[in-house]
Amino acid sequence: MPKTATLPAPSSAICQGAPPYALLCRGLILPLLTPTERATCARVMPASPPIAVERLVKIYKTIPAVDGISFTLAPGSITGLLGGNGAGKTTTIATIMGLVTPTSGRVTVLGADMPRQRYRVLQRMNFESPYVEMPMRLTIRQNLTVFGMLYGVPDLAQRIEELGEELDLSDLLDRPTGRLSAGQKTRVSLAKSLINSPELLLLDEPTASLDPDTADWVRAHLERYRRERNATVLLASHNMAEVERLCERVIIMKKGRIEDDDTPARLLARYGRRTLEEVFLDIARGRGEQQEAAQ
Amino acid sequence: MTARTESAFAFSPRRVAAMMLRYWYLMRSSWPRLVELVYWPTVQMITWGFLQYYIMQNAGFFARAGGTFIGAVLLWDILFRGQLGFSVSFLEEMWARNIGNLMMSPLRPFEFIAALMVMSIVRLSIGVIPVTLLALAFFGFNLYGLGLALVAFFVNLMLTSWAVGIFVSGLVLRNGLGAENLAWSIMFLFMPLTCVYYPVATLPVWLQPVAWMLPPTYVFEGMRALLIQKVFHPDLMLDALALNAVLFAGGVFAFLKLLGSARRHVSLMQTGE
Repeated sequence: MPKTATLPAPSSAICQGAPPYALLCRGLILPLLTPTERATCARVMPASPPIAVERLVKIYKTIPAVDGISFTLAPGSITGLLGGNGAGKTTTIATIMGLVTPTSGRVTVLGADMPRQRYRVLQRMNFESPYVEMPMRLTIRQNLTVFGMLYGVPDLAQRIEELGEELDLSDLLDRPTGRLSAGQKTRVSLAKSLINSPELLLLDEPTASLDPDTADWVRAHLERYRRERNATVLLASHNMAEVERLCERVIIMKKGRIEDDDTPARLLARYGRRTLEEVFLDIARGRGEQQEAAQ
Repeated sequence: MTARTESAFAFSPRRVAAMMLRYWYLMRSSWPRLVELVYWPTVQMITWGFLQYYIMQNAGFFARAGGTFIGAVLLWDILFRGQLGFSVSFLEEMWARNIGNLMMSPLRPFEFIAALMVMSIVRLSIGVIPVTLLALAFFGFNLYGLGLALVAFFVNLMLTSWAVGIFVSGLVLRNGLGAENLAWSIMFLFMPLTCVYYPVATLPVWLQPVAWMLPPTYVFEGMRALLIQKVFHPDLMLDALALNAVLFAGGVFAFLKLLGSARRHVSLMQTGE
């Protein structure tokens, strides 16, 4: 069982939204291409992966919150980051966002070294997390206006209307954010995270506190957004059904390390389980290691 | 995207305007916030105004020193409210748990600081201008009668208030809302040392050099010289300006260091106590 895996990108993710050139561009084929073909490749296949984490370590005082993890995300993919409380998911995401400086190792996002070169790429990414909130006294429209201006969104008024329609917030746009239900607030946070149409979206528990119907609707929206924009999404969640539905790859963390990293189907097959939740419990309770030792 | 716009030192008026708009929306939505801006300066000015009135009737020197108490109160309010205006706007982000959103956005630290500086002037204007008019109406003290000297006093006091506000914001960013009380109280450390209500000569000799290291001391000495001796000392204002340049640079340097430390210690995700 791989402890630290750097998987090749699932081919389905590569193909989505990219012409056949995208496939040609991989590996050794690139040097054989003409300059025009290379230019096309640069457009459809960025030289650097959206996220590359190399031997990342983050130690708080003496406790390693993240302990030497490495992974790379493919463009246009949705990857789930799973793990119990204290597994290191939030620290990993915060480091990718540039909010935390690694103790050692390297994180590059859209080719920029984080957090040193974060201003090269912050305009092209966004995030949603339960650790931050939108100012409660401002209306949804005011909040989105402020963040739209910070991100330099063109035609901002129109973009806010679009998001209002897409996230079913049109009737609420002029209501103070503090007077919304938990589910509505989550949708506002999602609207903020999409205001700049990011190429890279980091989501921490995006459907927490939503009723099943709204949660399903949000998942469908995220899938559509990813498909239409060829965006890369990294999703931290405790909802295994959500991860199973949305993610083509799952990274499972435990005690700051990557315990497993594969597609949901291969994880189910490897652990001989029917659901990701069972796989998660096996890993959390160390059954995977016992199984491995027995073999 | 050019190298300049990618830099941490890039400056976008649009992003500064976005932050100002955010604070404007907030102030507009909450009348208690507006009342709070005017309430305390008014109470303080009226209290000190009556005290000055009483002393003027009973002491010869103070009869000649007309207005020094009210002048001191109003200039102190510029210093104190300027810092508070800066710090409270910053604290609003901590209270709203919005700091992570801002730190993850393309907003640069210098743009954030610039927006907070402008908002401190806006908040100060809302709070202090009505009080200066009340001082004129109740006690016949015309702060605007100080003319160009008032501009020099104002610039120096604002620079000090920003320097302290920037430093305190860095402390709150690094240490969380547990450091919030510093934002409300740190300026009172300046009160005895900057000789707001009495001349520097009143302090013990060993403490006087410390007082002269603080820019507001020059402003309050300058104000007393203007009101009592009717003399304006531009040299005092230039000395204060030089000290303020050092203090402001120190405040920004400390803020950037504390921000870096907050990134290392994951404080930007934990905005509680």
